[in-house]
Amino acid sequence: MAVLEGPALEDARKIVARYPGHERSAIMPLLYLAQSIGGWISRDALREIAGLLDLTTAEVESVATFYTMFRLRPTGTHVVSICTNLSCKLRGAEEVYEAAHEAAGMAHGQELSDDELVTLHEEECLGVCDFAPAVQINFANHDNVTTDRMRALIEALRAGEVPDPTRGPAFTSFKHASRVLAGLEEVPSS
Amino acid sequence: VTPDLEPRLTRHWSEPGAVSIDGYVERGGYAGLRAALAMAPGDIIDIVKASGLRGRGGAGFPTGMKWGFVPKDTGKPTYVVVNFDESEPGTCNNRELVEREPHRLLEGAVIAALAIQCRTVFVYVRGEYLWQGMVVQRAIAEAYEKGYLGADVMGSGTRVDVVLHRGAGAYICGEETALLNSLEGLRGQPRLRPPFPAVEGLYASPTVINNVETLMNVPDILERGADWFREVGTEKSPGTKMVTISGKVERPGNYEIALGTPFRVVLEELAGGMLGGATLKAWTPGGSSTPLLTADHLDVGLDYESLAAAGSLLGTAAIMVMDDTDCVVDCARRMVEFYAHESCGKCTTCREGSWWATRVLARIEQGYGRDDDVPVMAEMGKNIMFKAFCALADGTAAVISSSLKHFQADFEAHVTEGRCPLDERAVAEVAS
Repeated sequence: MAVLEGPALEDARKIVARYPGHERSAIMPLLYLAQSIGGWISRDALREIAGLLDLTTAEVESVATFYTMFRLRPTGTHVVSICTNLSCKLRGAEEVYEAAHEAAGMAHGQELSDDELVTLHEEECLGVCDFAPAVQINFANHDNVTTDRMRALIEALRAGEVPDPTRGPAFTSFKHASRVLAGLEEVPSS
Repeated sequence: VTPDLEPRLTRHWSEPGAVSIDGYVERGGYAGLRAALAMAPGDIIDIVKASGLRGRGGAGFPTGMKWGFVPKDTGKPTYVVVNFDESEPGTCNNRELVEREPHRLLEGAVIAALAIQCRTVFVYVRGEYLWQGMVVQRAIAEAYEKGYLGADVMGSGTRVDVVLHRGAGAYICGEETALLNSLEGLRGQPRLRPPFPAVEGLYASPTVINNVETLMNVPDILERGADWFREVGTEKSPGTKMVTISGKVERPGNYEIALGTPFRVVLEELAGGMLGGATLKAWTPGGSSTPLLTADHLDVGLDYESLAAAGSLLGTAAIMVMDDTDCVVDCARRMVEFYAHESCGKCTTCREGSWWATRVLARIEQGYGRDDDVPVMAEMGKNIMFKAFCALADGTAAVISSSLKHFQADFEAHVTEGRCPLDERAVAEVAS
């Protein structure tokens, strides 16, 4: 079954139209679109994007494999990113990272929880050094996260809730965040 | 801000109303663009040159000169690309600048577009700034609606369009030629220069790439003049600078300072001193890519020249503060892991060098350091510096060389004692 068909194909054409004369620039938002449908990017999706842009699958794959926010393997409903770079490390991020594993019932080094609810990602600097340790759930910011708060955030996800972030709106899932990243959601007025 | 400084970039930070276009215009916004529309493109470049504004993204290159390099009448379109990929560890001022006043960025970008007679501006925002990208997207929509963007910018008959493009998690895309490749739908790997982007940048056309903070200084320069801009800062580093201070301080955050303000003032007056009154051990002046400094450098001025004289760099003015309970070897290991993870893989020096350095540093930190590991690290720092394809690897080398320069005894103690002297668990084990 095709990934980009029906309304998704319409969305894809809208994305390509952002770059008249330079359609290849649409690769990244198209990858986000595919990710918003499947929850991760399958080989079928790579092939279809290549077809849409008149490129080879290898050319699309070369881009998809370069960037960490494109996921090419099964991924949790929610992606929890925990920064352990220096500013966050100095404020206890390594303990927060451990606490996330414990709360999600995951072994060290395990990326996807057994129930496929959560993907844990050790992050490089998220640009929230002023509120370290920094955590993102589906790329929405949670500031000054302690080990207790980290456990509570994971518990909330397990209870089917998406906790309110410190700033901006919550994104209900990794798929939802990917759709916003593709530039396909209406942005509410200020 | 420091007590004697009139805030510039942060003057509306306490006013949530400044986020919307109406609130921005009420506070005098878009006056710089109005002034620019009455000027010839060459005159816009001249006033920015005269202001002495230097790029705030790390390299400190004079902005007006960068714009002046764009050739005229090539028959190709020209492009302005806003570098909102802010990813240098410890740096988050662009994030807050945009969250609080997104229209100042658009105004600066449109003025840059007028200066190089460009019709299309791209804003490249790092993927992880999901919300901040939405703030920009909303500001773009408002600016179109109110006639500050589109076919007829402020009734001038000039067309300027702005397109938001999202990255996907790659530090290297803050390097301007890697960013261009990413925007063109390629892997984000840097390009050989020359040709420089001013001549052959995006889509092989003349392109100006500027950092968010750089562009946000431009509206005031157009409205108030170059002399006004130079009233603050030093002769060679005029204006204000956003600094991010984080780590072991009482009040981490983004602050605006006059360039040249001593580190001591930022640490003690703005950040409230060391966390819990601890003792300062080491600090980075401009993100993890800039050589570490120590408590001996408390009175160094935060500007391009003073920091260069002290053996470091202003970089992004991202100060990360370590106290005497933090192990410099462990901190260096974590910083080098970042470069190993973010190396784009294009050149051997960086790809292999950073990976190998993480192995040696981890071994030293864990107490398995070999007798020749410390000299090996010193060699490695020298062998990487300035020998890679782009500046990313220089960050790796800066961490290694500067931590060894100031804290060689700490490295040696790890090797001779066979443990981290600051690791409480290791201390307990030895005691029992």
